[in-house]
Amino acid sequence: MNLKNNIAISDSGFVFNPSSGESFSVNQIGLEMLNMLRQKFTTEDIVTHIEKGFQAERPTIERDLNDFIDMMNQYHLMQDEDE
Amino acid sequence: MKTNKPTLTIGVTGLNAIDSPGPGVAVIRGLREAASFNCRIIGLSYESLEPGIYMHDIVDKTYHIPYPSTGTEILSDRLDYIHEIEKLDVIIPNFDAELYSFIKLAPKLKSKGIHTFLPTLEQFEERHKVNLPEFGVKYDMHVPRSKAVYTPNEALSLEKEYEWPLVIKGKYYDATLAYNFDQVKSSFNKISAKWGLPIIIQEFIHGTEYNVTGLGDGEGNTIAAVPMRKQYITDKGKAWGGISIDDKKAIQLTNKFISETKWRGAFELELMKNKAGDYYLLEINPRIPAWIYLAVGVGQNIPEALTRLAMGWPTEPFKSYEVGKMFIRYAWDMIVNLSEFEKISTLGEL
Repeated sequence: MNLKNNIAISDSGFVFNPSSGESFSVNQIGLEMLNMLRQKFTTEDIVTHIEKGFQAERPTIERDLNDFIDMMNQYHLMQDEDE
Repeated sequence: MKTNKPTLTIGVTGLNAIDSPGPGVAVIRGLREAASFNCRIIGLSYESLEPGIYMHDIVDKTYHIPYPSTGTEILSDRLDYIHEIEKLDVIIPNFDAELYSFIKLAPKLKSKGIHTFLPTLEQFEERHKVNLPEFGVKYDMHVPRSKAVYTPNEALSLEKEYEWPLVIKGKYYDATLAYNFDQVKSSFNKISAKWGLPIIIQEFIHGTEYNVTGLGDGEGNTIAAVPMRKQYITDKGKAWGGISIDDKKAIQLTNKFISETKWRGAFELELMKNKAGDYYLLEINPRIPAWIYLAVGVGQNIPEALTRLAMGWPTEPFKSYEVGKMFIRYAWDMIVNLSEFEKISTLGEL
């Protein structure tokens, strides 16, 4: 699963889906995760990056990232690799 | 400053900029911003308290016109009187309930030099709420199941076919949700008292509501199409805020609607997208919607294009629009001298 190409993400963490008109706000960690997803980093790379930058346990970050991606999927912000 | 642009005198209805607004004021804002002509606006009102009457930077002069229920002849006589004074070039009617009269009068108006750009009577009738199920079959579009009923008891039989809630709709306006039979009866009585019979009982489609406003040239070509998602909805279901979106499926559906019906004029499609991503066509409004200024704001001046088509001028289709632009409506208290209210109330002109 990849982040949809047309999703707009601002530096302040405001996320806009132009297809549906929905908008969301994410915090600093969410913003970093989104930007790395956009650049097609693997989930492992993202977890490593967050682990270095923020004081948190790796399993916690992994769980949070998976939850985050699930939520993004629920809000139709992700698409299959071949789409 | 003098420009080489022609000046058109345009009659516009729907000046009731209230909580369930008529489109007139927004249409006029589009006309005032037209790049290809200047305009003098003649407001055509039904009631003395329509706010547009008193907005003198929007409307140059207003005349009362008779309600559609009085018949086309009386309307025709009144328009003759107005035309004699104002020399109208174009009329843009903005209410569903008055369209029948204006469509009927269009050839007569044309012979006097007043241009309109309206759907044909067949198009107008075919898309009617009462005929929506047949429309869906004919043009292969998803529409919710619905039935026109004349008594609340007829709705009882639908209870077995459709799941609750049911959507109770008026012939022209108004729609409410009913979660039980008592609510069906209450809504039926309330809406039928206002808009007459039949009442349409419609299956409720769960999903997200989208609207598209557009303009067809009558030859099957899309001149304009802008989809919008309602962001802020009033208790009457009207958009008080919305955002332009980039929804290819909604645009495809709009193009299909225009090319297959050869729609002539402006319109609004009310769509519901269910969880599977399928669009259901809930309603086709055969006129410009009240949120039309969003279309103007994102680069598709539909009132201007419609006026050009009415005048028979070449009109290029719009190719794009800005995505992610919002409109937010607001209420504004005007201070009005009693003498103005007196004038429109007693003389029918202001």
